[in-house]
Amino acid sequence: MIRIEEYASIVGQATIDELFLLARSLEGKVVQNINSTAVGGGVAEILTRIVPLLKQLGVDAHWDVIKGDERFFVTTKKMHNGLHGTPVTLTKDELDAFIEINRVNAQELSFRDIVFIHDPQPIALVERREGGRSHWIWRCHIDFSNPIESVWQFLEGYIHRYDVSVFSAPAFARSLEGKQVLISPSIDPLSDKNRELPENVIENIFKSFGIDRSRPIITQISRFDYLKDPLGVIQAYRMAKKNVDIQLVLAGGGATDDPEGPMVMQQVQDAAAKDEDIHVLFLPPASDIEINALQRGSTVVLQKSLKEGFGLTVSEALWKGRPVIASAVGGIPLQISHKYSGILTRSVQGTAHAIKQLINEPEYARKLGINGREHIKNNFLITRHIKDYLLLFISLFKNGRDIVYL
Amino acid sequence: MNEFYFYTKLDQTILLGRKAKTIPELLDGIQTVPEASIYFHTHRYLQQHHYLSPEPPNDFAYWTTGVLNDAELGEQLSSIDIIRFESIQRLRQEFIALLREYNERTEKIRECPPGQEFHFMSTQTFAFQTPYTARSLGEFRSILKRVSISSLYYHIYDAKLRLQKGENDFSRWFRDLGFIELAEELARLDPYTYTLEGLRNKILALGEKYDKN
Repeated sequence: MIRIEEYASIVGQATIDELFLLARSLEGKVVQNINSTAVGGGVAEILTRIVPLLKQLGVDAHWDVIKGDERFFVTTKKMHNGLHGTPVTLTKDELDAFIEINRVNAQELSFRDIVFIHDPQPIALVERREGGRSHWIWRCHIDFSNPIESVWQFLEGYIHRYDVSVFSAPAFARSLEGKQVLISPSIDPLSDKNRELPENVIENIFKSFGIDRSRPIITQISRFDYLKDPLGVIQAYRMAKKNVDIQLVLAGGGATDDPEGPMVMQQVQDAAAKDEDIHVLFLPPASDIEINALQRGSTVVLQKSLKEGFGLTVSEALWKGRPVIASAVGGIPLQISHKYSGILTRSVQGTAHAIKQLINEPEYARKLGINGREHIKNNFLITRHIKDYLLLFISLFKNGRDIVYL
Repeated sequence: MNEFYFYTKLDQTILLGRKAKTIPELLDGIQTVPEASIYFHTHRYLQQHHYLSPEPPNDFAYWTTGVLNDAELGEQLSSIDIIRFESIQRLRQEFIALLREYNERTEKIRECPPGQEFHFMSTQTFAFQTPYTARSLGEFRSILKRVSISSLYYHIYDAKLRLQKGENDFSRWFRDLGFIELAEELARLDPYTYTLEGLRNKILALGEKYDKN
């Protein structure tokens, strides 16, 4: 198990000391996280890491998982898609069953001082909120800048019963009566996907994929999805290759719940077929070390998405000191300041031009990488995420003044 | 005994659920959001990008230049000299005056592309005492090397503008300690033209200079 003290070598001892000081303000309070899955998915992944670290800081943190049947999860998947803006219709029967599953779970749970609900699945547990005994927080991890109105209205009926709602990006904020807090996602610098790797491990992984490290490599890591624009990446690579000798790596996993996935993969393979310098890598789940190595060994990392939630792959690459060229969409502009900590582009042509610049000016590329890593260190590591959670919990017991003395 | 207690602070970012697509909407927001929101949008860049640039633009200028593509107004907004202001209310009035004047002389209203609206946010600050206390300039210098950048931020930026103490906490303590010139020299610095680490080094260098005298 990773110890909280291990992060001191990365973020500084003063930052870790501050977390311990903050945690003292929560003495005697129990924090109860509730979500709908113990494994798989981003929420379970972050809770798996954060809950043990909160405990080490002295916070009495717990994690409960609600149970649901297949129908429940089909309904919540539809809600998820609806929040993303995909047209969906939720029937009265589906919604009634959703509420009933929440009621059954609520009967089995005993609610503590701070009830921290993650995502829409357990949102209706708040029906069983009793008076002022517990404080309730709803944390939405999903991008819903343009949700389907009916889904939003259904959820809003529950959201207003929470003390605080938490969103991942400013664009997700709504006009709500209650307090809304911004907490960005984070990466864990000590995880397999982000920790330092010995050079021979990186070398061996590139060798196993047949990629030549003596020539510049540009890489995009993402699932094969139109919204990640892999075909646009190939176009940009081709335009740049007229002037610079580069190779392209497109690596990612499959999206099993995305019916368009195989079609996109086929189109990418067709587009790459006659070019030995394009490496299309279909990575199985649990390829964290491979992704880490591919990012670390690349000359430039791309994220040419057409639409993006937060885009944590950008944080991952920046953390590794790589120069990144990415689209100015979703949460990416929060991670990259154009020309300071990376390059933001809006077109294939712009991306191709930026690739050539960074290949031809390695010193400039290196500076972007240094600034990018520093920005991630200060704003998007797990220690900042923990700090935000501690402040969130503490704020429940404090007045609403601009400056609160602990 | 004249002691300096080092405090630090951590901020929670609050979403106000309010956005602007145009300069008139930005002005409307600036006129009505809480003071903590004005503070957030004029200091966020400094705190989040403190290693990047010694001239942090405020969010209003950044959005006007980068999203609305109005470089002239963006430059005017970024030129507002925060060091001159003793209170956030006065700072807010400066932005309001500039934007009103712009609205009066501008006929065509530019609208930002969808999805790139200005989102008003605010901040709630949690301040607390660190275990560090200085009893002499020597101890102060030694501690200043170790405390987090948030502690420096609290005693320099928050103390003067948000807590309206008239000057930064360090200068006040130096003066009480009898280091009048050091206090004056630090008070004259424009902290908005330094990166935070650059500012830490500058204060350390000043401390060394006067500790030797």
